Amino acid sequence: MSIQSFLKSKYMLAYVSTIVFLLCSIVAAISIGSVHVPVLDIVKIIGAQIFHLPIMDQVKDMYVNIVYEIRLPRVLLAGFVGASLAIAGAAFQGLLRNPLADPYILGISSGASVGAVATLFFHLSIPLLGNFTLPVFSIISAFLTIIAVLYFARMADRTLRVETIILTGVIFSSFLGAFISLLIALSGDELEAIIGWLLGSVAMRGWSYVAIIVPFFIIGTVLLWMNAKELNAMSFGEERAEHLGVDVAKRKLLILLAGSILTGAAVAVSGAISFVGLVIPHMVRRLWGPNHVHLLPLSMLAGSGFLILTDLVSRMIISPRVLPIGVITAIIGAPIFASILLKQRQRK
Amino acid sequence: MLKLERVTGGYFSDPIVQNISFSVEKGEFFGILGPNGSGKTTLLKIISGILPVMEGKILIDGKEIHQYSRKKLAQKIAVLSQISPQAFSYTVKETVELGRYAHQKGVFHQWTIEDEKIVQQVMEETNTLHLQHATLQELSGGEQQRVYLAQALVQQPDILLLDEPTNHLDLAHQKNLLDLLKKQKLTVVSVFHELNLASLYCDRLLLLNNGRMQLLSSPDEVLTESQIKEVYQTEVRKQAHYDIAKPQIHIKPELDSSDESRWNIDASLLKIEKEKIVLQSPKALRTVSSGVVGSGIGWRSVFINRKVPPDYQHARPVKEMEGYLANFGFPLTQTVAMMTAVEMDDACYGFYEEEDFSVLTVVTAGIGNAIDSTKAEKPVPVEVGTINIWVFVNGKLSDEAFIQGVMTATEGKAQVLRELEIVDEETKTIATGTPTDSILIAATQSGRNFPYAGAATDIGRCIGKSVYNETKKAIEKYLQRKQKERHRF
Repeated sequence: MSIQSFLKSKYMLAYVSTIVFLLCSIVAAISIGSVHVPVLDIVKIIGAQIFHLPIMDQVKDMYVNIVYEIRLPRVLLAGFVGASLAIAGAAFQGLLRNPLADPYILGISSGASVGAVATLFFHLSIPLLGNFTLPVFSIISAFLTIIAVLYFARMADRTLRVETIILTGVIFSSFLGAFISLLIALSGDELEAIIGWLLGSVAMRGWSYVAIIVPFFIIGTVLLWMNAKELNAMSFGEERAEHLGVDVAKRKLLILLAGSILTGAAVAVSGAISFVGLVIPHMVRRLWGPNHVHLLPLSMLAGSGFLILTDLVSRMIISPRVLPIGVITAIIGAPIFASILLKQRQRK
Repeated sequence: MLKLERVTGGYFSDPIVQNISFSVEKGEFFGILGPNGSGKTTLLKIISGILPVMEGKILIDGKEIHQYSRKKLAQKIAVLSQISPQAFSYTVKETVELGRYAHQKGVFHQWTIEDEKIVQQVMEETNTLHLQHATLQELSGGEQQRVYLAQALVQQPDILLLDEPTNHLDLAHQKNLLDLLKKQKLTVVSVFHELNLASLYCDRLLLLNNGRMQLLSSPDEVLTESQIKEVYQTEVRKQAHYDIAKPQIHIKPELDSSDESRWNIDASLLKIEKEKIVLQSPKALRTVSSGVVGSGIGWRSVFINRKVPPDYQHARPVKEMEGYLANFGFPLTQTVAMMTAVEMDDACYGFYEEEDFSVLTVVTAGIGNAIDSTKAEKPVPVEVGTINIWVFVNGKLSDEAFIQGVMTATEGKAQVLRELEIVDEETKTIATGTPTDSILIAATQSGRNFPYAGAATDIGRCIGKSVYNETKKAIEKYLQRKQKERHRF
């Protein structure tokens, strides 16, 4: 029983510290900016707007506007994108038994990017969707990509081995990357919009973007969560998982589907933000172990906090100019990842 | 329990195993053997449901395997494969817990007290409990395989399938793992690469050849020299295990042809000194011997007959002899050593050359306490007075020929004692030897092949004759010396 309490206390510490990290990130990101908003006022504004508490007495209207119309949706968007990318990354790494795998490797984000860039290039706008045209196209092309990747992988190898999936994903990524480059080369006035989108941003998207990602985030997360034990089994190899009683074909499909929903939606609302899906699960795994029952929620929380902080840094570091958030994640993420990788290899 | 009926299957459209039928009884340890590419692992994957059955049926408890859901099948069959590298550092406990998956219910697979109890119990049995917080990467190969065995056992299967479970394990870990499996009293179906391990642990063996059944029988019936030669295309020798009634298969390495140059054991190798007679062979000889050190059957290259004082008494003569040999730098594992109280000058030897073989026989004889083994009742106090016979054969002897060689040599010795009327002082009958006689037959195992060495064969007669001649000379010398000594006093 002492083991149980040890495990409990270990994960208790993990959850408490990760949640505290997330909350601090949220508060800091809302508070800090060209206009400083006191923490107490933030609590009051959120309390009043969401829970309709009568505590708005001494808060300035300007603060309400800044917090509720600008910073809160931005922070939430960053949080959901970070959470989606991190949990999808964790799942893909477990499924592909490769800590270097991430949503990008499967070509999903390239697919989503092609949809978005094409929307910008052709000035597509579907009347009913309006501003949502780009995210919707992006999610659709992400779906199409994963379906195509799986279809081709299955043609090459009917057992759908992980190696084949990775290889097919890499081939699709470069193929789709070429398309993006082609569109960029041919673009004129749209160039800035395309590049700006590709570099990734959660700025000035407003509540509507938050509303887009939330349903996909919930569906994807619940789907993955339901497959946490299966992910544990499958990270020991598909045959072993099958021997343990896992219906591998079905579970693999569900996990890939959930992963592409999460990635597609994240890429659609914020552009290509790299390294979050790679670094966050990796760090969580090193801190708290690879058990997906805890790895998935912890990655979700940590990824969320991480991207909120990153967004804060991106708008403060050379203020008043704003850096693309994808640049920051790559600058922070790549060296951290490299150093983790190096340590791991050296130990071996 | 498990029944295969004319099963054909493999990797899509390409049936690797064909027409396999057998059934495994509860509690049986069933082995599958065959050369690389014979379909052993494929067959196992078909049984575990990874690969499809194309024709025929696989029944578990009377029900076809495709009628079981994945989870239900996992409750019946668990699989222990070769250890493979693991990407993530799961702890031992987490790894074992995964084995309960097949028994867990609900969308989120609740962990129950029952699950915990089984895991604790199995981890104790497999001696992995103390490792539970360690990660898999921190463990040795043998420990990892024990953890995976625990994972398979918490599945509580009726049948355990093993795919070369001892691959990559060292000798001790191979033995420990298989002993542990044997103790579980499970029904086991295992693929083996190693014929000898399969022979030791399996009740029955299935030998596969090109995806078809070659033979299904007991290890003794399956592991025959001709069978293995046919299936594996390799020359092997079969021998009984030293301690248990199971066969063991030995391969014979292809020797360098320059090594095959003819060489003989003859009298020039013999060194007779005051204290000892030594024969050092340039190569090891297959030797059957009794003696103080190096007795039994084996390959030896140094042969020593050591003179000890007539009053030699030692609590641990073997230790003393080993010390003596070490003193002279003789390699213990390659030496046969005997002792005698006879003067080394009285040793007799002769080289007997026949058309296509030759024999060197060396005898030292003392008959101070000659005995008739067929009449004597109480053991005579052991004094060192003894007949030591060495027979070196330049030829190739079978095990049978070695035994017959010992017989004919003994007959030669007994004949001398009878002709010289050497009497057992106790029984007053003709003696058959002395209580401490030793014998050694050694053969170069090259040259002519001798399947037999009884009196019906030329080699048998040559051994008998040479032992007779040399023993007779040696005893006569001994008697003369005794007579001289008597005259002196």
